[in-house]
Amino acid sequence: MSQALDEIKIGGLGASRKRVEDDRFIRGRGNYTDDITLPGMLHMEILRSPLAHARIKSIDASKAWDIPGVRLVLTGEMMATRNLAWMPTLSYDTQAVLATDKVRFQGQEVACVIADDPYIAKDACEAIDVEYEPLPVIVNPVQAVADGAPVIRDDKENQPDNVIYNWEVGDKAGTDRAFEQADVISKLKLHYPRSHPSPIECCGSIADFNRATSKLTVYMTTQAPHIIRAAVAMVAELPEHLIRIVSPDIGGGFGNKVPVYPGYVCSILASILLERPVKWIEDKSGNLISTGFARDMYLDSEMALRKDGKILGVRIHADADHGAFFSDAQPSKFKIGLLHSAFAAYDIPAGHLTARGTYSNKAPGGVAYRCSFRVTEAMFFQERMMQVAAVDLGIDQAEFRRMNFVQDEQFPYRTAFGFLTDSGQYAKCLDVGLKAVGYEEFRQQQAEARKRGKLLGLGISTMTEPLGAGNSREYDILGIKMFDSADLKVHMTGKAILRTGAKSQGQGHETTWAQIVAHELGLPAEDVVVEEGDTDTAPFGMGTYASRSTPVAGAAVAMVSRKIRAKARKLAAHLLEVSEEDIEWELGRFYVRSAPDRGVTIQECAMAAYSNMPDGMEPGLENTAYYDPPNLTWPFAVYIVTVEVDPETGVWDVLNMVAVDDCGVRINPMIVEGQIMGGLTEAYAMANMQFITFDAEGNCVGSNYMDYLLPTAWETPGFELHSEVVTPSPHHPIGAKGVGECAAVGGPAAFVNAVMDAISDTGVRNIDMPLLPDRVWEAITYRRDVSGAPPVRAEDDAGRSGGVVPPGQN
Amino acid sequence: MAPPTVARKGRPEMTIVYEDRGDDATSDVPVNRIKFSINGKKMVAEVEPRLLLSHLIRRGVGLTGTHMGCDTTNCGACTVLVDGRPVKSCTMLAVQVDGRTVETVEGLAGASELHPLQEGFKAEHGLQCGFCTPGMMMAAKALLAENPDPTEDEVRWALSGNLCRCTGYQNIVKSVLWAADKLRTQGS
Repeated sequence: MSQALDEIKIGGLGASRKRVEDDRFIRGRGNYTDDITLPGMLHMEILRSPLAHARIKSIDASKAWDIPGVRLVLTGEMMATRNLAWMPTLSYDTQAVLATDKVRFQGQEVACVIADDPYIAKDACEAIDVEYEPLPVIVNPVQAVADGAPVIRDDKENQPDNVIYNWEVGDKAGTDRAFEQADVISKLKLHYPRSHPSPIECCGSIADFNRATSKLTVYMTTQAPHIIRAAVAMVAELPEHLIRIVSPDIGGGFGNKVPVYPGYVCSILASILLERPVKWIEDKSGNLISTGFARDMYLDSEMALRKDGKILGVRIHADADHGAFFSDAQPSKFKIGLLHSAFAAYDIPAGHLTARGTYSNKAPGGVAYRCSFRVTEAMFFQERMMQVAAVDLGIDQAEFRRMNFVQDEQFPYRTAFGFLTDSGQYAKCLDVGLKAVGYEEFRQQQAEARKRGKLLGLGISTMTEPLGAGNSREYDILGIKMFDSADLKVHMTGKAILRTGAKSQGQGHETTWAQIVAHELGLPAEDVVVEEGDTDTAPFGMGTYASRSTPVAGAAVAMVSRKIRAKARKLAAHLLEVSEEDIEWELGRFYVRSAPDRGVTIQECAMAAYSNMPDGMEPGLENTAYYDPPNLTWPFAVYIVTVEVDPETGVWDVLNMVAVDDCGVRINPMIVEGQIMGGLTEAYAMANMQFITFDAEGNCVGSNYMDYLLPTAWETPGFELHSEVVTPSPHHPIGAKGVGECAAVGGPAAFVNAVMDAISDTGVRNIDMPLLPDRVWEAITYRRDVSGAPPVRAEDDAGRSGGVVPPGQN
Repeated sequence: MAPPTVARKGRPEMTIVYEDRGDDATSDVPVNRIKFSINGKKMVAEVEPRLLLSHLIRRGVGLTGTHMGCDTTNCGACTVLVDGRPVKSCTMLAVQVDGRTVETVEGLAGASELHPLQEGFKAEHGLQCGFCTPGMMMAAKALLAENPDPTEDEVRWALSGNLCRCTGYQNIVKSVLWAADKLRTQGS
């Protein structure tokens, strides 16, 4: 008679365990970076450039120095004497810490003030006089490569122009042949606009250099504390063992808190010079204008089609605008991230992708915002292209996708761009989604409504994505391989502490990692405390972004638990006085195969590890595992949105939003659903209202919360989530796949496709996001595509407002 | 047990030390003396007129549960109750709470139990990173004081001044309705 513990009761896999983190957050007892106060702490404020591209003629900080309470004013010139005016980026480029010769984007850091009080520091910033000589501005890749374009990075040797890289993947010859054989060729050009992850908490750091111990401690908002430690060791030339990075509670990351920002470096230098803790907390405007933005990619693609709807080949060209410095955190081999994961869910024999990255006078960025390393761009392009191709062929949207899906039996499947997708049941997910949204009835309603001049639309988007970067053969950041880690110490009373190299910013690792331990060892989840974020105690890991934690760190948690269980098995054999071969395991207990009533609990084994070891066994029950994932995990989703569009105003409302997510085994269903809803909301935001761009002078339009609109509880639609389809990852230790970013990756195209479907009578092929009312209105009224690419134009040749109009200027 | 009442002259904090930068330096800085109550506790403060209420709460009083997320009064993470009404504390000056009562997230829980809103947010997974949560709960508290049985739409409208990036709001609404239910049931 089994004495195995009930896995759900002990909080194992599949339990919607309530969150451990909540206990402190609901009491207002979170420990975010700005909540931390150290004795003698000073405050830092940054002075930013008002111009997008200008030579610095002079900086006069004398009036700032005179303000009582000001301790230090740092400029680029001062940093340069310590070789700190420039720093290496995570993409093998360099980035200005404080501007020396020129400013290269509006909002760039020019000087900083450290003072007793943050208000004094702000006062002092305003007292610094900077003289600028404006230079011509570049705000898009076309301008960047035009004849006579100013070279933005004239600080670099061997940089004669504004091109950062050219990259290519796939089979050009095979793809050309496919296009020669095509019955129909569909084309699409669009701009995936700049977006900003904008977590509610801004970035910040408290640098604390202790002269007596020579140790530097930095509390900071980072999703990847160990990467920061390595970066600080290189940049500040301090020994790595005397650097401690502590990432406390983080109020949202979404990729915004991965890069190394000048503010961190300045606070570190200031602390070293002043030998006191220095706190820097940016404000929202600073965050929006200068920190890692996302997207800003131009796509030009073509699809070769047979007239029955079979896709023969696909060509993609992408132009990526990286801003003034190439500072993205992404695997170094892939210049355009994992953009070539596009079309991975479809069985397409030939593909060719080319990409070019360029500099511009904007903040550095490109990879961020729940993008899984550019997979947001890949899947958006994919589904917009699928929509347009289906229209060109006159085939139903759902059927066109279904007939081109990779079939269940084809896994593992090698895509035309070289990825190996691990598993999926694509058609089943589509079936669930179509049924949930009432596809047939909706099409009938839509046709009826159209006769009455009412515009209803339905948009489908599917996505599969490569999550869990990644295997050491192909993935690294600055040469550091992208494994991850878990360290588990089981105490003598059977309680445990687990630390990993990941860093939660709301994903609930303190709750979910303990569930994996419960599953593997039978220790109740509440008996396992989880810590992350302190490089002095956490095992080395590459942090949390790109939905890599469950696939990599979660796998490490399972593996270290298994190492512990293997040792516990030996202890059990010793306690039960049988040989190890006679021992069986059930959840929480080892027993003698031939006499199942004779057993010992895992807790008894833990006690034995400290008090009753067999001869020759090392005492203790602690271990560490580093996990190099054999492959990425590939979740799949179908998102279906229905909308109604008002032709008089261009306003569109969501009627229904159905999400079918197959992310393999779900550790905590409640938390997975929370992640999906969050991602869908960001998808809605990108499609509907988030708007941050540049005018011809490089002024950032929308770099504050009055103009950069995030949806509130009022606008955000409700979601219908489906979890019926579960295809475990065949290679992940617990069959789980990543999921945190899926909805942000696949969601936007569903909204856009729905609106385009509603206005399909106009023949309009594309409206760039966000689908603001005036853009939709323009498309309907003038029956033309609407682009959103910068620069924002105030007037066009016809003398009326054309193209993009910033919010508030209607 | 109430603390012993001992007549005591002078300020509780008898020792304040700061750097001597010459009398000229400090003579121009105006300081207002204000009296207010925060989470039921009466306080006195000496503040610059331009000090924001949010900074008085976080740095002055030392209650860091009220968070600051923006600089344009849009995000609502700093929402507290002033005389029972929800206010974005970043858009109010400290001097404006002279003679008034302030309630923050730290005052929600009773001596031995959590407020139903706190329980509801945990029960319904209404938070992920937790940064917007104090503001959400304070805004919700004000709603439920005025409207103990709100519809979903009324909850969404009442919280439309509080931004959340993580949850998509659906569970936040469920959390507030859970709390409304419990408050009505226990009649408090």
